[in-house]
Amino acid sequence: MAKNSEIKLIGTAASPFVNRVQFVLHLKSIEYEFIDENLASKSELLLKSNPVYKKVPVLLHANKPPIPESLIIIEYLDEIYPDIHPILPSDPLVRADNRFWANFIDNKFFPLFEELRRTPEKEGKEAIKKQLIEGSKLLEEAFVKFSNGKAYFGGDDVGYLDVVLGCFLGWTKFVEKHNEFKIIDEVRTPKLLEWTKRIWSHEALKDAIPRNETLMDFYMMLQINRPPRKATSS
Amino acid sequence: MHQLLNHCLIQISMAKKCEMKLLGSVGSPFVTRVKFALKLKSIDYEYIQEDLANKSELLLTSNPGLQKVPVLFHANKQPMSESLIIIEYLDEILPDVHPILPSNPSDRAQSRFLAYYIDTLYCPWMKEFMLTRESERKEELKRLIIEGSMMLEEAFVKLSKGKAFFGGDEIGFLDIVVGCFLGWIKFFGIIFGFNVIDETRNPRLAQWGKSLWSHEATRSVIPSDEIHMNFFKMLLGFLPPMPDMPIPA
Repeated sequence: MAKNSEIKLIGTAASPFVNRVQFVLHLKSIEYEFIDENLASKSELLLKSNPVYKKVPVLLHANKPPIPESLIIIEYLDEIYPDIHPILPSDPLVRADNRFWANFIDNKFFPLFEELRRTPEKEGKEAIKKQLIEGSKLLEEAFVKFSNGKAYFGGDDVGYLDVVLGCFLGWTKFVEKHNEFKIIDEVRTPKLLEWTKRIWSHEALKDAIPRNETLMDFYMMLQINRPPRKATSS
Repeated sequence: MHQLLNHCLIQISMAKKCEMKLLGSVGSPFVTRVKFALKLKSIDYEYIQEDLANKSELLLTSNPGLQKVPVLFHANKQPMSESLIIIEYLDEILPDVHPILPSNPSDRAQSRFLAYYIDTLYCPWMKEFMLTRESERKEELKRLIIEGSMMLEEAFVKLSKGKAFFGGDEIGFLDIVVGCFLGWIKFFGIIFGFNVIDETRNPRLAQWGKSLWSHEATRSVIPSDEIHMNFFKMLLGFLPPMPDMPIPA
């Protein structure tokens, strides 16, 4: 048990980037204090700890400089506790490939969720739904490659991409319901669908995946603070 | 001590036989970064020049999603893109030959964060500053770039711990990640009369710039002045000339 009361995580339950870090903290059995942040009214602590981006998550470890950016935090945790449930694989080529897909997920795939919310017209929304489905097919291929017949991207147990992609499952369900379509389904992405069930029920992860009410509150806040764009008159 | 030397020698001989190819284009700081890392690790490689205005079959098939350079080919392994991912890979396959990332996890995290800042904010600001014609936006970008340079100055003071480079006595990760833009920074001064790194505002960074520029490893990887000038002409050529802006000769 990696006891460390000096670790604090500034975050908000609805943020998948925060959930990702929580996944890793739980997998590595690291005790930490969760500092709940209200993103509509950011605290002094957050603004001081991440003055450049003013975003969560931020990891505070004893008196070291604060660490923002979920992927950077995960690599840090993996480096300070390398022997407890290693997150990244050991082979350099596979590590590079994992990092590449994390980049894809964060910069190409997940931004589509927000894009979908902010796009006002039906036509625009349909186009983005299509992109999400295309993206999920690429992720299905990636899963087949990385899992190599096993249960997770990381093989027999949860690894880097399980954490990096798995944190979006709450929002995936929410967006699917809200927009009446499936991003992950048994016809196009059967292996990924099976994998999502394992993530939802995994001992170390399930408690960090936010439930619908949390996401709905956050969604309403986004609708107010960053409303959908105005529809262009046709 | 003997063991470490042995390790290094084995890795260096591996590096020489590495069968590395780098697909890049002239003037791209992201390609320069990878060239820097390859140089520091003593890795022999074949450089393949890409014309970004006329993308090759090789680029389109090896990096179909992004179609960007650099792309690293290592023997018959899967092609690798993204300069920062490539650098971490090179550091991991040859850990004992001129380590690039710092060894301390907290310093590594800070270094990675600054690299992220450079790639997601600082570099895009510089690029936009070059290309935007709206003078209000140009002023705002100038302000952001100046503020950013002060943040980088602070980071340099903390990470260099009194030595010549971000990496300490030797060139390290941030020296490469920030240093690859020194050519651009020089030309900003010439073309726009704007000193991104200024001796009064950023004294330590200014000194660092000189140390890095005159380092033997740098001279072999940073493109010549002429190449930079052509690169800027190409970028600026995408816009019609502005009445008040000097056209590079």
